[in-house]
Amino acid sequence: MTAAGRISDILWRNPRLLLVLLITPPALWLGIIYLGALFALLAQSFFSIDEFSGLIRYEWTLKTYGDLLRPANFDIIRRTVVMAALVTVASAIIAFPIAYFAARYARGRWKAVFYLGIMLPLWSSYLVKVYSWKLILAKEGILSWAFETLHLTWLLEGYLAIPLVGGNSLSVSPTGTFIVFVYVWLPFMILPIQAALERVPASMVEAAGDLGATPAQTFRTVLLPLALPGVIAGSIFTFSLTLGDYIIPQIIGTSARFIGLAVYQYQGTAGNIPLAAAFAIVPIVIMGLYLWWAKRQGAFDAL
Amino acid sequence: MSIAVSFQGVARHFGAVRAVDGVDIDIAEGEFFAMLGPSGSGKTTCLRLIAGFEQPTAGSIRLFGAEVRDLPPYRRAVNTVFQDYALFPHLNVRDNVAYGLMIAGQPRAARHRAAEEALEMVALPGYGARKPSELSGGQRQRVALARALVNKPRVLLLDEPLGALDLKLREAMQDELKSLQRRLGITFVFVTHDQGEALSMADRVAVFNEGRIVQVGAPEDIYYRPEVPFVADFVGSSNILPPALTGLPRIAAIRPEAVRLAGTGLRATVTAASFLGAATRITLDAGGTRLTALLPRGAARPEVGAAVHLDWDAADLHQMAGGA
Repeated sequence: MTAAGRISDILWRNPRLLLVLLITPPALWLGIIYLGALFALLAQSFFSIDEFSGLIRYEWTLKTYGDLLRPANFDIIRRTVVMAALVTVASAIIAFPIAYFAARYARGRWKAVFYLGIMLPLWSSYLVKVYSWKLILAKEGILSWAFETLHLTWLLEGYLAIPLVGGNSLSVSPTGTFIVFVYVWLPFMILPIQAALERVPASMVEAAGDLGATPAQTFRTVLLPLALPGVIAGSIFTFSLTLGDYIIPQIIGTSARFIGLAVYQYQGTAGNIPLAAAFAIVPIVIMGLYLWWAKRQGAFDAL
Repeated sequence: MSIAVSFQGVARHFGAVRAVDGVDIDIAEGEFFAMLGPSGSGKTTCLRLIAGFEQPTAGSIRLFGAEVRDLPPYRRAVNTVFQDYALFPHLNVRDNVAYGLMIAGQPRAARHRAAEEALEMVALPGYGARKPSELSGGQRQRVALARALVNKPRVLLLDEPLGALDLKLREAMQDELKSLQRRLGITFVFVTHDQGEALSMADRVAVFNEGRIVQVGAPEDIYYRPEVPFVADFVGSSNILPPALTGLPRIAAIRPEAVRLAGTGLRATVTAASFLGAATRITLDAGGTRLTALLPRGAARPEVGAAVHLDWDAADLHQMAGGA
């Protein structure tokens, strides 16, 4: 018997050993390199920075978290959370019909077209897409041109004049940031909703109709609850990706900072690792609270 | 008696496939009506046409005299027990059963009471708080039944509801469904490919083949007086005898249990014999025609290869329309 054959025999007799051998390397990678590094970063948030020397004081303190609540920093958090929530809601609304169509009606070739259409944008560089949007949204961009051609410039200018959402042009307005966030993260919402809807048998929808539910009632009482785990899964992506992104707000939108950008700047040029770490904790806490709330609402009951 | 469901020249084509191809039926109110046929014969499509999940390509469908062609499922006074039960996994048993009442706007207390009554009717009292995933196949089937019946439909549609159950459970449910139907007096339209189920439960059976109804009648008629070879062959097993063997002008069918071994009569050779418990089945060859006979317990069992004579009562031999 060959050595390879003997090893096969040993593993066949001890399936547990095979499992241990297979799972140890990824477990080590996850445990040490991934989670270990994360906790090392998070531990930093309990240190503080000496304001005179700019050096890190390695004593346990909650002072840095106090800094987070200062108006300038708290504004960053609030702005980011509001943006992430809006992006998530908009993505869910846009994604649902697309996912529903793909799960219910697309067959064979059309299914392939659907997957290609959703995935294709993910294959091209994220930066290329963001800069393309800058051109689309710019004052001389295609969108302004379209509004002009349709004699609707007054509408666009009227919208841009609205405080909080407007600006000089779409590409330097919060609306622009919002549009690009939704565009970039939309596939991450469509795919989990589509997967969830795919698992709902057609007879379930027919049963609701059979029992007297109009299509709208069927959507509210059967389809939406059954698709909810998918919506939550998608919202985890869109919400957390928006919370952490630092590139899109730099390229599109106003100079107002987002959490990702704050982390980037504090750990880089400012050298304030503790504050950067404290900022990094914020999305983790928010996501934890969000999932806890979703579970309590029964979002995972249909899993 | 008034007509509950009426089909006139109903057809449903899917592209080139003629799933239902010109069906006429009148189902009386309070009747237990079975649609029997092999898979792809159009029986399930007919059921879906009654429920409103499919639109007819041609013809007219009436429920209690009213044309329902353009009526969506949620406006029809019929309810369905689905083949896969289609219980809502995110709702517990009580809310599943009360779903129709919830949609109809009944207050919570009233609909919970009605759901509990319906669960008692299907012998599942106190199961309201469980999730469908915690129930066995037979229990889910009962919940699906309760969910349909709680709305007091005028017609209950059942799409192979016993298909997924094991034999013992299926037989128990057959009796239960039958007595439930008698008690409630609701019209039951039952789709099945199991001839035993159709014959034992239904008042009338429609046998489907290739999108058409080939025979409608009481179970005894279907079984003993098949009008076409397809029915003779599909419902139970039948011997189909050419005129040469019977002396009759047309081909004829006879049930295996009506064939006797006798001192005189049709000459045949025994080709196989198998003991079935309650009876012995022997296979015979009569001048090139294959026959089976079911011999009762205690009858002499011939050897394979033996030459025998076959006899039967003339009344058991039934002439059919159409060719072989």
